[in-house]
Amino acid sequence: MLGPLDYALLLIGFLAEIYVVVCLLVRRQFARYIPLNVYMLCSAFVTFGLFFLVRRYGISSSTYVYFYYYSDSLLMILMFWVIIKLYQQVFDEMKVSKQIRGAAFILIAATALFSYGVVHQNRSNLTGHFVVELGQNLYFVGVVLTYLLWGSILKLRETRTRLIQLVLALGIYFSATAGTYALRNLFPALQPSLLKWVPPLFGMWLPLAWAYTFTRIPEDARLATARLMEKHQ
Amino acid sequence: MIAAFVCVMSIAAFLELLVSYCRSILASSSKVELSARVREVAGIASHPLAADDFARLLQLVRLCPERGDDQTEIRAVGTYYGLLRVLGRAARPLIPGIATWTEQERQSCSYFAAVALDRRISYSRDLFTQQVADRL
Repeated sequence: MLGPLDYALLLIGFLAEIYVVVCLLVRRQFARYIPLNVYMLCSAFVTFGLFFLVRRYGISSSTYVYFYYYSDSLLMILMFWVIIKLYQQVFDEMKVSKQIRGAAFILIAATALFSYGVVHQNRSNLTGHFVVELGQNLYFVGVVLTYLLWGSILKLRETRTRLIQLVLALGIYFSATAGTYALRNLFPALQPSLLKWVPPLFGMWLPLAWAYTFTRIPEDARLATARLMEKHQ
Repeated sequence: MIAAFVCVMSIAAFLELLVSYCRSILASSSKVELSARVREVAGIASHPLAADDFARLLQLVRLCPERGDDQTEIRAVGTYYGLLRVLGRAARPLIPGIATWTEQERQSCSYFAAVALDRRISYSRDLFTQQVADRL
């Protein structure tokens, strides 16, 4: 059964996701961040779906479990789309959109094939442990992609504060979630007491951080990335 | 083996990205010059701002009327400062280099709080001036 804290985290995340979309609509920037908006809307829909299924069938029902893991995989694919869009923004001036799209398509296809291969091999043993391992791998791909993007931002001396904060918030989300999945694999005993709180906390972090960025950081704000990497500012 | 690798790499990436994110928030205030008024109010006119001044500056910030647009940053920097203090205390006997680094980062947090205080004092003065003008 979910407690008041679980419901509070779900509600805050849901409201922040809706806020991001409304904020971008009001500021007439919806079209500029379409993948991000689609992700936020789908994530809000999934949050609502999870809430509905918990109330109707209970948290241990197979309906809830299937919905949770399938929707998580779909959200991951949408998140790859967000990352591709961020890559395109960073490499905007280099006119390499086609190459980025091509590379992204190959990466998503490879991830899908890899996942299919793993599922096919383990179809007789689709245990919770396997699901955790798959989630860990998918989120780790996200960590690598975001970290490479962060490296490119530093290398290209990107100065757009909004873009920098969007990428950093995404990287924090991916690395925290991938690390939690890995810790669950290594120390399953930590899951009920400690690790179960991390994914919902960081699920809430991402829309909150993006909401902050879109509300407080103007589109034309600039920041010298070198300052972020100095040993001391 | 793979899980251990993913765990170590994810934690390393998490720490680096978190520090950069917090620094991107702190960067907004790092170029702002502190006024003589705030130096006097905060008692830092005669000596440079120290890492441990943060809590005192934050108390002064809370005494001023809220501007309504800086609460999120103050809370975020407060959390970052708390994490740095815990890390600094844990690292001091083992890795002094990290303790020194956390001290410098906490100093940046104190500077951020001083800038926030400066802005709130200006805001309070503006409010006061406006109220006096309205009465006249």
